[in-house]
Formats: sequence, structure tokens, C-alpha cells
Amino acid sequence: MRKNVQLLFCGLALLTTSCDAQEHGPKIQSPESINYTYEVVADSIDIPWGLTFINDNEMLVTEKAGILYHVVKGVKTVVKGLPPVYVRGQGGLLDIAVSPNYAETGVIYFTTSSPLGEEKGGHTALYSTQLIENELKNTQLLYKGDFNTKKGQHWGSRISFDDQGHLYFSIGDRGNREVNPQDITRDGGKIYRLNLDGSIPEDNPFAGKENNRKAIYSYGHRNPQGMITHPTTGKIWVHEHGPRGGDEINVIEAGKNYGWPIITYGINYSGTPITSITQKEGLELPLYYWLPSIAPSGMAFSTSDIYPAWKGDLFVGSLKFEYLERLEIENNQVVKREKVLDSIGRVRNVEEGPDGYLYVGVEGKGILKIIPKS
Amino acid sequence: MRLLYLFLITLFSGISFKIYQQKPLAQSIEDGKEIYTDFCLQCHMAKGEGIKGAFPPLANSDYLMDIDKSIHAIKFGLKGPIKVNGLTYNGNMINQGLDEEEIADVMNYILNNWGNSNTEVITEEKVASIEK
Repeated sequence: MRKNVQLLFCGLALLTTSCDAQEHGPKIQSPESINYTYEVVADSIDIPWGLTFINDNEMLVTEKAGILYHVVKGVKTVVKGLPPVYVRGQGGLLDIAVSPNYAETGVIYFTTSSPLGEEKGGHTALYSTQLIENELKNTQLLYKGDFNTKKGQHWGSRISFDDQGHLYFSIGDRGNREVNPQDITRDGGKIYRLNLDGSIPEDNPFAGKENNRKAIYSYGHRNPQGMITHPTTGKIWVHEHGPRGGDEINVIEAGKNYGWPIITYGINYSGTPITSITQKEGLELPLYYWLPSIAPSGMAFSTSDIYPAWKGDLFVGSLKFEYLERLEIENNQVVKREKVLDSIGRVRNVEEGPDGYLYVGVEGKGILKIIPKS
Repeated sequence: MRLLYLFLITLFSGISFKIYQQKPLAQSIEDGKEIYTDFCLQCHMAKGEGIKGAFPPLANSDYLMDIDKSIHAIKFGLKGPIKVNGLTYNGNMINQGLDEEEIADVMNYILNNWGNSNTEVITEEKVASIEK
């Protein structure tokens, strides 16, 4: 009853003003003292979307506008040989990740908005490639979402791996929430799982039926721009942008439906409701949701001993509030949230390097390395 | 007669003109609304009110009415400090990858909503004429 009254009130409130729900979760805190500083390790990058490490001194950074940088000890060189990148709206060159077998194979994966295909517009594509003398060689298209659309929204994308030879990547709902996320015969609004060679694992949850997109691993997602393999459980953790309110963290299980747009804690940008329910049988609830939205992008666990107080914590970039968020998690519950690098700029990405340091992609700045004060 | 020659010479001289088919303003505004919803609304908000300090308003915005500058911003992106209605905004609006027709449409939508009004119809040709 109370909820109904609240909804009714919301409806009335809509006539004059917007209707955001109550704040949720532990309040974001500022640290009492700041015992770290940072160093810019790659400068002047507008939107540093993806970052991966070849070794302690070499990294690859994607810029959304369609530029790939090879950074060696702070010096950026543009890598040649990218396939066509469709820069439109939120789309462009997206994530990049070296293979878990990089030492043997030299294989690198990346996702990009791609105009390939019959229809006008574009969709998210996954490629494998090799970096040879600052040029991409042996580039192979492993997956291309369809059907293309000229919509500017929700391409994803992030890449991650498990330790059983699988690659996971995300594609957002491509601006068609009524159709894509709940339809497993279409691309968009999904987490995908492939073998490292790009083939589809036979035990993928939807591989059994002809019309299904067999690479789908989970569905009902809106726009996942953060993905990380949990360092101890090995599970794939994903966060996604909600609409207004309702950004979510989800732990991905094979074949599960994460509910967009049937259930959400968010509302339309215009202030009107999307749905009145936040749970329904058969639909997975998030591990955590942000209200108000922080506009999350990038995701990493700190696993090293470099920041002893942060060991095991989750880090998520906030585009909206322009900080890196540190989340302490106990028994699958977020118990504390804290601002790191407050007011630094729009945080697009965060990665833990092979040296154990945290590297943060900040829009207009580049890649920042967080260094503890000694 | 001379005029006819001139006409024929122009016609066959290899000088080509792009023919712009201007759609009616009402249609352009309607198409522009869809572009706005897809590409602009998230920052500039549903009624063009923006977010104070972060994303400048488009409703009753003095900056907007410098039309060439506004088209330039949509076409090529806009970075660095600008003053809108007396407030400084220092952001980075990236080039959204819209084509010339889409930019004309979204300009017409913005210029004819939320209390804005503009007598000049923004044409695809006008957008094409704005250079980097």
C-alpha cells in the first residue's frame, strides 16, 4: 500500500517536476586523509576508453575517436592498421585486452563500433589482432553484432577472460530497449562468451537452438561499460549504465536474464517511469545498484600489496561525478563507498597493471597511475 | 541567345553543384527531435535546460544564437571554456558523427523549442558551408 501511495505521489509529482527515487546504498565518502598521489603516464587523450598492458613498460590505449596508441615509457605512438571504426554518438573504438596467452601467441583483442554489414549504421564488433612494429597484423573479425542501426547509444563494450580459455565481451542495447535486450535471437543488451580462437563454446547456454545468437552468455543488459574477472571466485563481474538512476553491478551466470527493461531502479531521462517493478521471478537482481546514477565506466579489483588498505576492493570510474569510486564489499554487499581522485575529470576506465598499480583513464587527460605516498 | 550559351556552357562545363532538397521545416523539426533524444538529451536534458556548471543550456541560451558557431560545435566538437548566459562552462563536447542533414534537423528542433525561436530555417546547405 505504502508503495502504491508513493507511486501515485510520483505520478502527481511528474506533472510538475521529476520523480527520482530515494538515494540508495552507503553514502559516498571523502577519505579522512589522502595518502596517495598520481602521475600521468600517457597524456593528452580525449576519451581513453580501453587500456591493456603488454608488459610493465608498454601499454596499448584506445581513444574513442578511433586512434590506438602504443605507449612505451610515457611516449605515445599511433598504431596503424585499424579496421573501419564507426564513430557515432557513444560509439567508436572501445575496449582492448591482451590475451591470457599473450606471451605465446601475441594475440590482442579489441572491440569497436563497426559499419560493416548490409544495413546503414553500425553495431559492436570484436576483433583479434597482433601488434607487429606498430602496426596491427593478422587482424580477424571474430564477432559482429547485427542488425546495424544509426542509433548513437549503447554499444558497450568491455572485454574480460576466465581461466578456462573463454573470452567475454559486452554489447549494449543499441538504443532499442523494447526489442533487443530480451530477445536472444538478436544482438544487443548481452554479455557474450567465445573461445579464445573466436569459436563458440559448445556448452554456451543458448547454443542448442538454431535461431539463437549462440555466443550469448547472459541477456537483459542495458549498457555494460565495466567488466572484470573476480580475482578469487573467477566469476565475471559487470556493471552497466542505468537510465536515470539504477546503474547496476551484476555477477554474471550462464543463461541468466538481468531484467532490462522489465525491471529497473531507474526512470527515463524525461522523468517518466519505465516500469513500476524492481523485481520479478526469473529475473536476476543486481549485487548493487547506484541511485543516483554515477555513470560507471571501467572496473578493476585491487589485488596487489601496493595499497594495503585497498586490497580486495572494487574500483569503478564515475563519468558523472568525476571521481574514481572505491567500493568495499563484504559477503556480496557493498558496505562502504569512497571517492578516490575527487574532481579529477570524467573517469572512463580503471585497470590494475601487471605491476599491481592502479591505472585510471581520465577524459581530456590520459592515463594516470596512482602512487602511494611513502 | 548569349544567356542560353552561358547556361549550356555552365551545364556541361563539368562544374557540379550538389542539389540540396530542403524538406519542410516541420518535418526537419520532427526528425531533429529524434536526433536530439538520441545524441544530445543525456547532457543537455529534456527541455534543453542543461546542468548548471556541467552542461550548458540550449533553452534561451545566448551562445546558441550565434548560429554558425553552434553548427560548428555540433559538426566538429567543442572543447575548452565558453560563456553561456554569463556562466563559464569548460567541457568537451565530442563530435557525434552526425551527417549534414541530421545537424540541420537538430538545429531546427533546438531553435524552435523551449522558448527559442528563429526565423532562419537551417538547411543542409548551410551546415555544409560551415568549415573547420
